[in-house]
Amino acid sequence: MDMENEILEENIEVENEPKLSPEEIRRIALKDRKKRGVKKKLKIVILTIIALLFATSFLMPTVLTIANSFMSANEISTNYGVIFNQFKEPEWGERKSTEYISETVNLKFIPDMVTFSQYATVLLKSPEYLLKFWNSVILVVPIVFFQVLIALGAAYSFTRFRGKRKEVLFFMYIVFMLMPYQVTLVPNYLVADWLGILDTRWSIILPGAFAPFSVYLLTKFMRRIPDSLIEAAKLDGASEWQIFKKIAVPLCKGPIASVAILVFFDYWNMVEQPIIMLSDQEMHPLSVFLSKINTGEIGLAFAVATIYMIPAILIFLYGEDYLVEGISYQGGVKG
Amino acid sequence: MAKVFTTDDGKEIKVKKRHHSKNEKIAEYAFLAPSLIGLMIFFILPFFVIIYYSGIDNIVNAEFVGLDNFTALLHNSAFLDAAKNTATFSAIAVPLAVVISLIMAVILEKEIPMRSQFRTFFLSPMMVPVASVVLIWQVLFDHHGVINEVVNFFGGTATDWLESDYSQLVIVILFLWKNLGYNMILFMSALNAIPKDVLEVATLDSASVLQQFRYIKLRYLSSTILFVAIMSLINSFKVFREVYLLTGDYPYDKLYMLQHFMNNTFQSLNYQKLSAAAIIMALVMCVVIGALFYVENWYGRDVEG
Repeated sequence: MDMENEILEENIEVENEPKLSPEEIRRIALKDRKKRGVKKKLKIVILTIIALLFATSFLMPTVLTIANSFMSANEISTNYGVIFNQFKEPEWGERKSTEYISETVNLKFIPDMVTFSQYATVLLKSPEYLLKFWNSVILVVPIVFFQVLIALGAAYSFTRFRGKRKEVLFFMYIVFMLMPYQVTLVPNYLVADWLGILDTRWSIILPGAFAPFSVYLLTKFMRRIPDSLIEAAKLDGASEWQIFKKIAVPLCKGPIASVAILVFFDYWNMVEQPIIMLSDQEMHPLSVFLSKINTGEIGLAFAVATIYMIPAILIFLYGEDYLVEGISYQGGVKG
Repeated sequence: MAKVFTTDDGKEIKVKKRHHSKNEKIAEYAFLAPSLIGLMIFFILPFFVIIYYSGIDNIVNAEFVGLDNFTALLHNSAFLDAAKNTATFSAIAVPLAVVISLIMAVILEKEIPMRSQFRTFFLSPMMVPVASVVLIWQVLFDHHGVINEVVNFFGGTATDWLESDYSQLVIVILFLWKNLGYNMILFMSALNAIPKDVLEVATLDSASVLQQFRYIKLRYLSSTILFVAIMSLINSFKVFREVYLLTGDYPYDKLYMLQHFMNNTFQSLNYQKLSAAAIIMALVMCVVIGALFYVENWYGRDVEG
């Protein structure tokens, strides 16, 4: 639009010059348009290249993790031995070798030989990994479910009934949401102690279920539902519960999914809470375990990480559109 | 408050805002109750306990010492360093996260090929487990790491990035890598929601692209900018998880964050010191968020949304 406008203006200028015949004018205008077309294409090419550069660097760690999970333990230690202090097997008579397998680090995306040996170790030889995986599931799924459910009610209340007192309350939710773990961890620990749920899974699930994060996000999204819609239902005699169930929740399907995904990603990667709340390591989720196998079994780490990524990838593939559309309301609803 | 409507023949009708009925009052708090009760038990009440702890000398003696814990903390060089580092980190990382993701959203708004693939790529860091992130950052930024090999290749001298003055930069990069994708998506949907007619009028009035961006788009984006800033602020505190796994309890000076301080105080069971630190942090957060809301209200005052 912008472009056409300018061409029009220039045409007028050209027309003011008496010497040019109409044919010439048309020719000049055409040339001009072509030039602009090229310019526009060039702009798109440049932007695409920028986006491509960004995208590759963003995708690199994901690809690297997956690719390295198919490498043998030997290949991994050859590639990264320097960093994780893995030395050559000591030679005869030597007590400990101080020589690295390789002096340089290799960032390799394609394994020399694709092997499932790491996976075999994880899945068949050491069942504890699967146990930890299950630990993660039974911690994270209830948290996501209850946090979203509880937050929906609160968000509805914050959307429908506003007032000075409510805004102050909402502000308080935001402040508590912004408190770093290290601040809320102590209160949570104290409460868990009082309630006698320390060293049980509830000490992680309950604070998670009441975390204010979802309340803030869902309120943000729910407030975009036009008042007129709710007022109309009200006039038709709908109760608050009916409005909540029939209007607010269905209209927020996208946001609910997107908030659930965000909460899932956050808790799927939890490290601090289990370490402090659960002294029994048998109950620790895989994320804690994963953060501990860094140096010792570096080869395994990639395979375990890839397995751990599978639910995240699945949720991502099925939920990405929700994540994106969840935040954008189109059609009659103001954004 | 009364709303004033004007009818076609010029009469003004005042409509008093309906007060909520008793039933509505019940509904209001019935919906909020589960969340509020939970928040009370797990966050608010304990916070009062923290306030109590911050005012006593120790748990056994429990003698009230006024603001002594706070003054001690404000003279504690570890705390001051940690606060300074955390503030610097957030002050650099959060605005960068907002600006870069906005630029990325504007680029992806253009008609470039493979837009949805790009979107997926930018979101991919969300699913990488923290432990692998840490592994890969080690591979990249270790003294023998990939970055140093590149530096060596071009004739520079290798640095131990996480043990140098650049260490904060390394963490900023990690933070941006992790969070730009979601921020970008928030901006994309907000850009999408700007009424097209407003932009068309601007085009007809021959406003330049830059003018349109500055005077129209930014105005409509103001609430999203606040939203993204708040999300980035939360996430800037969460990056501690990675820093901790990368560098342990006592990292390089520049990386010693408030969370390190609190973690170490927690481990040494010094609840008084910890409580005082938590309260100072909460107060600072209140001020920062309050300021953000104020700016947003002022800037976005004449657009809805």
